[in-house]
Amino acid sequence: MDLSTFLQQLVNGASLGSMYALIAIGYTMVYGVLRLINFAHGDIMMVGAFLTYFAVSFKFPFEAAVALAIFGSIVVGILTDKIAYKPLRNAPKISLLITAIGISFFLENLFNVLFGGVPRAFSAPEYLSKVMHFNGIYMPVTVVIIPIMTVIILASLLWILYRTKYGMAIRALAFDIPTVKLMGINADSIISIVFALGSALAAIGGIFYAVSYPSIDPLMGIIVGLKAFAAAVLGGIGSVTGAVLGGFILGFTEIFVVALFPELGGYKDAFAFFFLILVLLFRPTGIMGEDLERSRF
Amino acid sequence: MRERLLEIESVTMKFGGVTAIDALSFAIARGEIYGLIGPNGAGKTTIFNIITGNYRPTSGRVLFRGEDISGIKASEAVHRGIARTFQNIRLFKSMSVLENILIGLHEQTKYSYIEAILRLPRYFSYEKMMREKAMEILEEFAIAGFAHSNASALSYGNQRKVEIARALATNPTLLMLDEPAAGMNPIETEELSRIIRKIKEDYDLTILLIEHDMKFVNAICDRVTVLDYGEKIFDGSPADAVVDEKVISAYLGEFRNA
Repeated sequence: MDLSTFLQQLVNGASLGSMYALIAIGYTMVYGVLRLINFAHGDIMMVGAFLTYFAVSFKFPFEAAVALAIFGSIVVGILTDKIAYKPLRNAPKISLLITAIGISFFLENLFNVLFGGVPRAFSAPEYLSKVMHFNGIYMPVTVVIIPIMTVIILASLLWILYRTKYGMAIRALAFDIPTVKLMGINADSIISIVFALGSALAAIGGIFYAVSYPSIDPLMGIIVGLKAFAAAVLGGIGSVTGAVLGGFILGFTEIFVVALFPELGGYKDAFAFFFLILVLLFRPTGIMGEDLERSRF
Repeated sequence: MRERLLEIESVTMKFGGVTAIDALSFAIARGEIYGLIGPNGAGKTTIFNIITGNYRPTSGRVLFRGEDISGIKASEAVHRGIARTFQNIRLFKSMSVLENILIGLHEQTKYSYIEAILRLPRYFSYEKMMREKAMEILEEFAIAGFAHSNASALSYGNQRKVEIARALATNPTLLMLDEPAAGMNPIETEELSRIIRKIKEDYDLTILLIEHDMKFVNAICDRVTVLDYGEKIFDGSPADAVVDEKVISAYLGEFRNA
């Protein structure tokens, strides 16, 4: 592999890793506060992509469509918590998990019934469809824009978590819910913020995905969602930095294995799960999740 | 008697067939330091849980400033001015001491999502104000030097102080301390009673505490209620409690025989 190909693949890996990281954060944050693997989270990404698609087809400018889609996804995320998870706060964790799987099937099939399962072409605005060309390297602008945007978004997220009262409450909630309530804090409204943040990031990830692989369908969230979940486990479920790390490791691995061994290309979806199995076998707490007793934000 | 702040009116609490509290009544006047004592399992912590809304009493009422607060939500109890600490320390251990206090100040930190996200001036002024207030509270407990340490890195005695400081941060009228001196050595206990008296004056508090250390209770409480098997067996000054026949046989007798 020569240097220019290497650089090109590096950017591709960063771009793919960004999407996994953005979605993985939602898994990890919800797990952090509720100890729930929210399997419906991957489908929020699909909701984000679909809402953008529809807003654009109603002649909204792309930027407005994105804003609307993020807002819509936040609403869907908060509603799933209020309607499906909140009544089960004191139920066994397995009931929550099964409910999450149910919500996932519900969202997928709802969109299937309403809009059909045929993949739709997702048209990004012109400035995102350009391909840059220098020194023999061809790169779509998106692969450069996506990692930059992701870094900005992650910095904002960390700022919210560590520098605002809401983030402080989220981190405390991950440690001990009853004590947070005894500080006079409405725990349910903080949990809503967690779902809102996770859903917003998932919607952004979904829009990035739709722009990069310009086709969307109601089941698009399944495989990407599962891979992001694998990334969250790899990084250490419950840890935000871990989720980001896991997402990027997965993105780079997927791109580079295919680049170095093209004959393995057909197996690219399997790497995430290969990692997942290895982590579960040898380090179930993941990279950052060293101490199960601690809050992991 | 001065204005009654908290009144427990014939409260009974049953868990299945077990009666943890049996028709208990007592009242605390504003500005008092009130002790709740009794052998293990006498129902002291259960009373705490009833007052802070964790349990709804099977019968009877809890009045705070004359209003019925039986079975209210925990966060609502805080808004009305009731704060508590725990027998087993429950700090947010992976967060700094300062952050623990800031969470106690959460409800007084009045900026909205929008103001936080857009970093409007109100966000900065409140963050600054709350940090100053948190430091002020830590000064009161002489642990300001640990503000940026992880809560779990502190000694046991200091963690207790952080927990009391965090409860104080919620701006209570009634501060409830569940065995504040547990696990402290005599010097730390001495210091703690001095601090409790000082914060009571500085913050105009009424204090209800559960304690086993009779020396501590004697030194600090104005009045005590002694519980045994969920029933009140004594009400009065701590000095009278230690010479009361019933109290001696139920509670202090344990030590004599030991």
